[in-house]
Amino acid sequence: MSGPAAGRGGVHGGAPYLREGFQAARWEEPPIMAQGSPGERGVLPPRLESGVRAVVGDPAALVPAGLLRVEPPHLPELAQPQVLRHYLRLSQMTMGTDVNIDFGLGTCTMKYSPKVNEQLARLPQMADLHPLQDDETVQGILEIVYRFGRICCELSGLDAVSFQPGAGAQAIFTNASIIRAYHESRGEADTRDEIITTIFSHPADSATPAVCGYKLIVLYPDESGYPDLEALKAALSEHTAGVMITNPEDTGLYNPRIREYTDAVHATGGLCSYDQANLNGIMGIARAKEAGFDLCHYNLHKTFSSPHGSMGPASGAVMTTAALRRFLPVPLVEFDGERYYLDHDLPDSIGKVRQFLGNLQVVLRSYAWVMSLGADGLVQASETAVINNNYLGGRLAEVRGLTLPYAPGVRRLDEARWSWGTLHEGTGVGSEDIEKRIIDYGVNNYFSSHEPWVVPEPFTPEPAESYSKADIDEYAEIMQRVADEAYATPELFEVAPYKSSVPFLDEEPMHDITKVITTWRVWARQQG
Amino acid sequence: MSDERVPVVHPYIPNSAPAARAEMLREIGVGSADELYESIPAHLRLGRRLDLPDPFPSEFDLRRHVEGLLKSNRTCNDYLNFRGAGCWQHYVPAVCDEINSRGEFLTAYGGLWYSDSGKNQAYFEFQSMLGDLLDMDAVSLTTYDASTALSTALLMASRLTDRSEVLVPSCLSEDKRSQLANFARTALTITPVAYDRATGRLDLADLRAKLSDRVAAVYVEQPSYLGVLETEVREIGRLAHEAGALFVAGVDPISLGLLEPPGAYGADIACGDVQPLGIHMQYGGGTAGFLAGHHDPRYLEEFPTLLTTITTTADGAGLGYGWANWVQTSWVKRELSRDFTGTTTGLWAITAGVYLALMGPQGMCEVGETIMGTSAYAAHALGQIPGVASPALGSAFFREFAVDFVGTGKSVAEINAALLEQGIYGGKDLSAEFPELGQTALYCVTEVHTKADLDRLATAVAEVVA
Repeated sequence: MSGPAAGRGGVHGGAPYLREGFQAARWEEPPIMAQGSPGERGVLPPRLESGVRAVVGDPAALVPAGLLRVEPPHLPELAQPQVLRHYLRLSQMTMGTDVNIDFGLGTCTMKYSPKVNEQLARLPQMADLHPLQDDETVQGILEIVYRFGRICCELSGLDAVSFQPGAGAQAIFTNASIIRAYHESRGEADTRDEIITTIFSHPADSATPAVCGYKLIVLYPDESGYPDLEALKAALSEHTAGVMITNPEDTGLYNPRIREYTDAVHATGGLCSYDQANLNGIMGIARAKEAGFDLCHYNLHKTFSSPHGSMGPASGAVMTTAALRRFLPVPLVEFDGERYYLDHDLPDSIGKVRQFLGNLQVVLRSYAWVMSLGADGLVQASETAVINNNYLGGRLAEVRGLTLPYAPGVRRLDEARWSWGTLHEGTGVGSEDIEKRIIDYGVNNYFSSHEPWVVPEPFTPEPAESYSKADIDEYAEIMQRVADEAYATPELFEVAPYKSSVPFLDEEPMHDITKVITTWRVWARQQG
Repeated sequence: MSDERVPVVHPYIPNSAPAARAEMLREIGVGSADELYESIPAHLRLGRRLDLPDPFPSEFDLRRHVEGLLKSNRTCNDYLNFRGAGCWQHYVPAVCDEINSRGEFLTAYGGLWYSDSGKNQAYFEFQSMLGDLLDMDAVSLTTYDASTALSTALLMASRLTDRSEVLVPSCLSEDKRSQLANFARTALTITPVAYDRATGRLDLADLRAKLSDRVAAVYVEQPSYLGVLETEVREIGRLAHEAGALFVAGVDPISLGLLEPPGAYGADIACGDVQPLGIHMQYGGGTAGFLAGHHDPRYLEEFPTLLTTITTTADGAGLGYGWANWVQTSWVKRELSRDFTGTTTGLWAITAGVYLALMGPQGMCEVGETIMGTSAYAAHALGQIPGVASPALGSAFFREFAVDFVGTGKSVAEINAALLEQGIYGGKDLSAEFPELGQTALYCVTEVHTKADLDRLATAVAEVVA
């Protein structure tokens, strides 16, 4: 070894790189509530001007009796450098996509979020707009929203769009609400009270229609990875309100007969809603329209590169056919040929699903991302994501104890659901042990699977187009190493990880609601 | 979709470099990417090039294009803004933006406690500081917005009491009413309680008449949508409890250094929005709901939002933090969850935590006082104008207040159009939302408004209505 580059592999040749000596930042940072000292100040808010005070008097005296706070909140008291340093240390103890090979979080499409888009979204012309400003003062953002709406309609083949939902689950809820409104408009809501989904579709495809009052029928896959067409037909009836499904599902398998499925649903009078969380492999290649869907949604924080933001803000774009436009949340952004405006005139609308127009700063970033890539670039992004996944698949197939259930020999698209079942049987080491151990090699814990685990000991990588061949080789090398460790020294996994930003924790409160403490004040009371 | 096309080597796509792409295709054992799509039959393919605008592959060109579009927006820094109504203009300390711009937080997602211990600690600190501000013991990670938080709070109350009717003020915002109606229509019966036209406060006689053993929750906003402070908030809570219902309070966290917190007046569940706490308005994209309750397993089990718990290291020597209630969320319970969550607004939770840490107890008290004072001054100044009734409702208020222009003979729409010409966003027009209030606007005044701003507003309104 002659330096850090000596072991680098990938496109430069040689063995793939492995971060043997990785150590995450471990600041042992005390909670901020336990820091500071009385009287320190982090920022000074504007004080009431004397000329105002001269007119209104003591503002505290304006508060009605009994409504004035008696005891000040027990907030920490720190000067600004100490607050900044504290949060910078916490950020360093967080493995964002910017700092690691983050494609283990499959179905989430962890891709690069371009910095130029971030800077644009933080301009005052976006950040400091009030949502109730007059249309003529926000023509710029409305034009961006309108243009991106047209882009989403071209990508989906559908006709109308709303960006109001704050994320994917809320978008799916919106689609379930639209299905309900559609059947109500036809006087069939009482009889059509069932939604059909699949076990490999996102849990929100079950949870949100249930919130809308629907009974759920959940279909399980056969050996092909998706439910048999006859199983769907058996579930369809005059009670069917619609189906809410993904394709490709979280297995990465695309159902080639999807049009027969949607035709069968339509034949019984139901609607077809397409959860497109897994769009990233098929942009510009296959669309909702040709597959026969009436509604669909995109996760702009996944496929369209807006950052995930430590769990949001996000955006769920909802697209519908022209016939269903009248049920979309109000208002919609439209263009009359001269100016952009908010159309509130949808009497059959389901109403609001999120305040105002949604997270339009996310739409802005997504628009900028598409406008960097264009039609060919989007296809190239999808193709590359699929190439990356198939390349990764070749490497993972060599890993001992890891298998790929369902449809042997059939290509996966942007992701795949693997199984550590064989390794688990042989070593006792399961998927949740593996995902902790890989942190010791400098990558985030991965996503096993949504619940329930249909695939034993699952693992769902999705190497989006942002990852290089060297990245993929390094990730596969980690899996190889960790699998070898499981067979050689399974006891290693009992309290892994070791090099993480915190050592092994007492995990009981994470699993036992009676042990949960959500605030420092309760913790401090219990500690006496 | 073929390899005959000569693609641009795109900086976001490492394997768009021809050599890398060719090598990977070779290793996979296919001649082209097209072969990887064999599972998608021809009739499901688009089969043509997407019809999209020409792109700007150079970063400079892209920036110029987007900045060019945004240039026509007139921000609340360019103009003087008096609109609030669910999204409010407050000062955002620089450190808040510095922290939420950090790539580690900005691009993190579902990492658990070992890979993202810092994120989980920041979540817990947010919950803790908000809990102190609210004087409540259990706080979850943020949800989508205040309206979602309200829907969720009322559904929680319904499950906790095994009742399904909820009493809410009739002066909720139209948006909140709409969102609640769609969200909770199969699970809840939503009964409005009248407000007093003269004071804006809840009509206690109507509340008493509507309370029964069917009522799961009584919801009150402090301040109300119309800005009014509810003086009888303790009595409302007492009446709710007397009927066996839960008392749910919608509060504004930026008021709580000055105003009594919901925990002190008996709220069982508190909800609202953290957007005022160091988060830019972003055309409404800065809103983020919060939810708090009792530290009681019965309550904790009913949070559909994520709870971050504190724990210790396995050796007991240090502290750790992690998601606690994964198994009770819709991610696991699916159709049995009776509510749902997903990607919500975690970055704004972290940011609100930074804000509270910067402000401390004294800062929160001072900002509350400044808002109380500036809004009182603005209401007073507008009230001096002939024909303008300000404040229009006879109650103390915080930050927002109704202004009745009926005596001027002009509509709010006319007045706001004239103000706009002078670079002023006048108060939100309530004439369609609350027809019973006539030509009334809801004005929002905060710590960002100087005396000169408010005098300018009063002068402009006086000119417009003269």
